[in-house]
Amino acid sequence: MGKITLRNVTKKFGDVAVIPALNLDIENGEFVVFVGPSGCGKSTLLRLIAGLEDTTDGSILIDGADATDTPPAKRGLAMVFQSYALYPHMSVRKNISFPLKMAGVDPAEATRKVDNAAKVLNLTSYLDRKPGQLSGGQRQRVAIGRAIVREPKAFLFDEPLSNLDAALRVNMRLEITELHQTLKTTMIYVTHDQVEAMTMADKIVVLNAGRIEQVGSPLTLYRNPANVFVAGFIGSPKMNLITGPEAEKRGATTIGIRPEHIDLSTTAGEWQGEVGVSEHLGSDTFLHVHVPGMPTLTVRAGGEYGVHHGDRIFLTPQADKMHRFGADGKAM
Amino acid sequence: MARKASTQRKVLVTAIAWTIAFLIFFPILWTILMSFKSEGDAIKAPFDMLMSPWSFESYAEVQTRSNYSRHFMNSVVISLGSTLLALVIAIPAAWAMAFVPGRRTKDILMWMLSTKMMPAVGVLIPMYLIFRDFGLLDTRTGLVVVLTLINLPIVVWMLYTYFKEIPGEILEAARMDGANLRSEIIYVLTPMAVPGIASTLLLNVILAWNEAFWTLQLTTSAAAPLTQFIASYSSPEGLFYAKLSAASTMAIAPILILGWFSQKQLVRGLTFGAVK
Repeated sequence: MGKITLRNVTKKFGDVAVIPALNLDIENGEFVVFVGPSGCGKSTLLRLIAGLEDTTDGSILIDGADATDTPPAKRGLAMVFQSYALYPHMSVRKNISFPLKMAGVDPAEATRKVDNAAKVLNLTSYLDRKPGQLSGGQRQRVAIGRAIVREPKAFLFDEPLSNLDAALRVNMRLEITELHQTLKTTMIYVTHDQVEAMTMADKIVVLNAGRIEQVGSPLTLYRNPANVFVAGFIGSPKMNLITGPEAEKRGATTIGIRPEHIDLSTTAGEWQGEVGVSEHLGSDTFLHVHVPGMPTLTVRAGGEYGVHHGDRIFLTPQADKMHRFGADGKAM
Repeated sequence: MARKASTQRKVLVTAIAWTIAFLIFFPILWTILMSFKSEGDAIKAPFDMLMSPWSFESYAEVQTRSNYSRHFMNSVVISLGSTLLALVIAIPAAWAMAFVPGRRTKDILMWMLSTKMMPAVGVLIPMYLIFRDFGLLDTRTGLVVVLTLINLPIVVWMLYTYFKEIPGEILEAARMDGANLRSEIIYVLTPMAVPGIASTLLLNVILAWNEAFWTLQLTTSAAAPLTQFIASYSSPEGLFYAKLSAASTMAIAPILILGWFSQKQLVRGLTFGAVK
């Protein structure tokens, strides 16, 4: 089991409340991603759940039992750190078996578990090496191995892929998702990368200044952002957010339209603009278009789109995909 | 941009460095040389002394007059004992200061260090009376305690500097892996800090071995270490230079050899954390 419930959890550093009273339910077996900009409190929230930080107020329930004052070692959770946090003086085998040693598991049983974990994570041939002799990806796998052997109630990942290069990050992303599908254990994953959030999560929690802006499945957040912040944060490239007369014309303070929901034409359309930078990715072309009276709009064109810097272009937003936000920033 | 030094400049700088090193080493060298002369030759003018015949006479006499091995064993017990006791106290203290610092941690560290700036003689009488009342005068236990207290600030400070270099996340990982405080210190922190602890141990052994104020004031014979052994050859009258030199050479030889073999570790220890 791995149901985690946060009730009015508050964290203050001195007089500064980095997490004002926050409520959240994480169901058993869910893959939940905390996402938000730097300094939004997502790592602090994870550390509160882990027990590495004390809550100022509120309570944390693990499987219904109050764990607010339980030390990290007794919470039955495993954590994978951004820096891997491997024990440099121990071999890979000893690193992975350390939690079992602490739990007093029989050495023969521990060896069997370590061998199994090493097999799952392709680490069998590295078991006698020290962490310093491994690559970044291998180190991260050792950290995951150390977490899985103790069969925790939930896994906590604190930006585990941010020290890896882009290609490795994609591979590890898949490996962690597959691991979740195999183990079916609750996973809480912190990242500032919204692509990781969208691709891995069952449920995304968008945080801003310690507050939850919205909770929902990746596609719910993509299709129905609750406010301007979520609209601007979820989706890559970002949603175009337009204020001023164009928004007022549609009875809103801000309107939002995603780059993939704007139709392009060289002959006619609702807005007329001039092409600035065009980014050719092969599968897509992203055009940055300057439209008078609006911020620079990002527009996605499928495949190769033959326009150049300075070309005149017409844009038409798809009316049914338009998002409208009121003066309070909330979706209308 | 790296600065280019001319060969001439390099030679000059090297010559100056060697000269300074020689001047610092000279008193030790002269002591060693004098120890191989007879008392009569040892007080001659420097050149005449060097030209006089070499002899082991002073060593033989020192061996007959004093019990070197007893003093040596006292020095070993006192320096190692005080160092180990200081480490046992300082490791948890430095852990707390490095990983769970309070608002006043820095102040406490500075205060601890400031006690080293106080002249020892200022507390001689109270210390003597305490030692007398507790029956610690001329005992190894008494000296272990006093040397532990004297060197504790430096030991805590050095270990604190080392521990600060260990990423906190590794200790947090240990906590998440189910380690309690004891396991965290034994299985994770201490093995990672071994180079730092070794440097601290070496430096403290050297400091304790060389400590001459308290060891001379609080011992007479039973617990007297090598410092007392040297001092016993200093006399206001008569000829004693050669014997004193022989005794000094015998007293400093072990620590000089230890220092020579561990100099790499010591330098690393003393400059640890200076450059990241």
